[in-house]
Amino acid sequence: MPGIEFLVDALTPFNILLAIAGVVFGAVIGALPGLTATMAVAVLVPFTFGMNPASALIALGAIYTGAIYGGAYAAILLKTPGTPSAIATTFDGYPMAKRGDGDLALTLACLASVTGGLVGAVALLMLAPPLAQVALKFGPVEYFWLAVFGLTLIASLGEGSVLKGLVGGCFGLLLSMVGVAEVGGDIRYTGDLQVLLGGIDVVAALIGLYCIPVLIDLVATPDPHLKVTERLASYRLKEALGICWNSKGNLARSSIIGTVVGILPGAGGSIASLVSYGEARRASKHPENFGKGEPDGILATESSNNATVGGGFIPTLVLGIPGTPPDAVILGALLVQGIRTGPSLFGEQSQIVYTFIYGLILATLLMLPIGLVIGRYAFKSIVAIPKAVLVPSVAFLTIIGSYAIHNNPHEVLQMVGLGIIAWVLSRFGFTPSPIVLGLILGAIAEAGFVQGYLIGNAKQNVLGEFFGRPISIGIIAFIVLGLLYPVLMKRFRGPAVPAQVASSNE
Amino acid sequence: MKRFVKLFAVGTALLAAAAGGIAFAAYPEKTINYIIAFGPGGESDISARLQEPFFKKYTGQTVAIQYKPGAGGAAAWSQLNNMPGDGYTIMGTNLPHIILQPLEKDVGYKTDDITNVYWFHYTPDAILVPADSPYKTLKDLVEAAKKTPGALTFSGSGTNTANHLAQQRFDKMAGIKTTYVPFKGTGASNTALLGKQVTGSWGYTTVQMQLGNQVRCLAVAMEKRHPQIPDCPTFREQGYDLVSGAYRGIAVPKSTPKDIQRAVSDLIGKINRDPEFIKKMEENGFAMIDIGLDQMQTFMDQKKKEYEAIAREMGIVKTK
Repeated sequence: MPGIEFLVDALTPFNILLAIAGVVFGAVIGALPGLTATMAVAVLVPFTFGMNPASALIALGAIYTGAIYGGAYAAILLKTPGTPSAIATTFDGYPMAKRGDGDLALTLACLASVTGGLVGAVALLMLAPPLAQVALKFGPVEYFWLAVFGLTLIASLGEGSVLKGLVGGCFGLLLSMVGVAEVGGDIRYTGDLQVLLGGIDVVAALIGLYCIPVLIDLVATPDPHLKVTERLASYRLKEALGICWNSKGNLARSSIIGTVVGILPGAGGSIASLVSYGEARRASKHPENFGKGEPDGILATESSNNATVGGGFIPTLVLGIPGTPPDAVILGALLVQGIRTGPSLFGEQSQIVYTFIYGLILATLLMLPIGLVIGRYAFKSIVAIPKAVLVPSVAFLTIIGSYAIHNNPHEVLQMVGLGIIAWVLSRFGFTPSPIVLGLILGAIAEAGFVQGYLIGNAKQNVLGEFFGRPISIGIIAFIVLGLLYPVLMKRFRGPAVPAQVASSNE
Repeated sequence: MKRFVKLFAVGTALLAAAAGGIAFAAYPEKTINYIIAFGPGGESDISARLQEPFFKKYTGQTVAIQYKPGAGGAAAWSQLNNMPGDGYTIMGTNLPHIILQPLEKDVGYKTDDITNVYWFHYTPDAILVPADSPYKTLKDLVEAAKKTPGALTFSGSGTNTANHLAQQRFDKMAGIKTTYVPFKGTGASNTALLGKQVTGSWGYTTVQMQLGNQVRCLAVAMEKRHPQIPDCPTFREQGYDLVSGAYRGIAVPKSTPKDIQRAVSDLIGKINRDPEFIKKMEENGFAMIDIGLDQMQTFMDQKKKEYEAIAREMGIVKTK
């Protein structure tokens, strides 16, 4: 193992304390809808200036990984992703909680997050310099195709009908175009409203689209929020470990997808978990259970989004290019500390890097006991809290969360507006996930397309730019496979799969 | 009676001055809110973070750095004048942003609405190519661009930004045509550069410091070479009169009293002269400038003229 001599440096009592505090703080922030991993890291940056660089990095890394994991709590218990990375966790997490298996779902999310986090961190430890080259192979065209791949997955998401999913996705794409275009500078769909120049914020949309309909429904129906079971909430660790062992293939695949997507600057946890979810569903023996509380769905999304943490640090530390938004903040903190990232970091300042990586692994391992305890507490309190307290508390958080994004009241209005639209749409069977994914992926697809077109045009070979590059061809093959797969399977298996036919005719 | 009124008036004026003087002497007596119009992790944030300890050193008071990103900074700047003008709210401002944005569209503020008290540094524009690029000098690049107009591609951060402006101005000076490919932020633009998706990049000196020997700097838009990048010649040395970049400064709400404006300006100036601060800024690739209150009007008038001319040529000025 490289740099094993620095393991001791990582294990000082102070660093262990930082890792514990970081994971707890991160998990709580991540669990609150609207307070994202980026925010959690940014708030804590000033406190790390007084520390030595390796300890500062450990604290920030622990907060980051804790926050990505924490997003799962709200996704499972409230059907509201705490961070964008946890969107796909709502698909199966909430149905599990609804039927009384919330404790099992939380334990699965914890085990998956630790597994994914470890895979990402070990990749960072062993393979960072060669893997960083992956980030450089992805040009604008590849991001375009990756986003298109993500968009095709909307059609096959676990919940609702295909047609409504596509309509929702298109609505999300439309929302992604509001404001000043990043590439080109045109002003679109703002209705001359100055507040819309900045566009629709993804986090504000996330809170509004998921939280508000849940809140309205909670008020409008007399049922309890989650099914109250006779038995006391427990960890159900043994059961969860058994499920994980049976799904080790899924865990490994999703963790690797998460690591690779994390390496790509500009992709991030939401795409990683979506792609893993799609692949898990395709590989599963029971694809029809996805979206109805399938444990494999949670394992896929939670392992892959935590794997993006280690993956994202690879380009950050090796190339000086932040892999994910929280990495950008951490990179800024490093610059202020006087540390220059880049290829020389692993040579000249290897002590800092390896101390940090071992610290990150330590924090990820600590997430297991901490996560289980917080999860149990969260589950118990969400079940026990009467609706009359739960609804105002969550409503309060939505306002605070959407204001905290940019300290801006506009985002609160956006959040409420989109929330009401989402509630109306939910009456007609539309779900929020395709809309949010359209919003996230639309911006990536558009920028990639225009940049790819400009570059292709300069080379006087636009078609070659889009269809001639090896990685692009690979992603296109996956897109075609993904689109044709249901058709082929139907032909293959004959008409004996009523579940699938039913869902596509819904 | 007349004399009495006069005396009274003088007395009041003196009292007011004394009161003002007392308030002035004590400034700052509590934490200053320092608002950044962008998100954390960018150059504006990093330079503010570098200033942070020096506020403490010179005043004994701390600053609270806050972020108000949105609409390329316009979300914060359009609200500046609604904030309390007591000297405890200061905001980072950027050029060319605050000149170009109101020209392009209605962003809720005009350039003259912003009360700038100091411009403290800039990130000079620079042309960078991958380390193993066949283009060794600016001359190579210009010759290649002349041979195949439009075929050379340059990444840069955003549309109608400092990078974009520099590319347009340089193309005009050199009589060449190149393709500018806008990316979302410097990070994405750097990825395209390192991945060789583009011929080169219109970046800043800070990019060169960040990416180190993975890239080669062909020219910097400074008056003299940057002390940390002595091998990279200036545009002027190579026959192009290009001195430009993204300037960062401090503004206060319009309602801030003149003496407090002066105090803020002097404080930033004091920090800007601290050798330790200068060293840290230059190590990160920033270039220092000192435009205090006294030179502000002249500097802004000159920049407005400069940017408006190029903005008109690029066709980004809003047509009414």
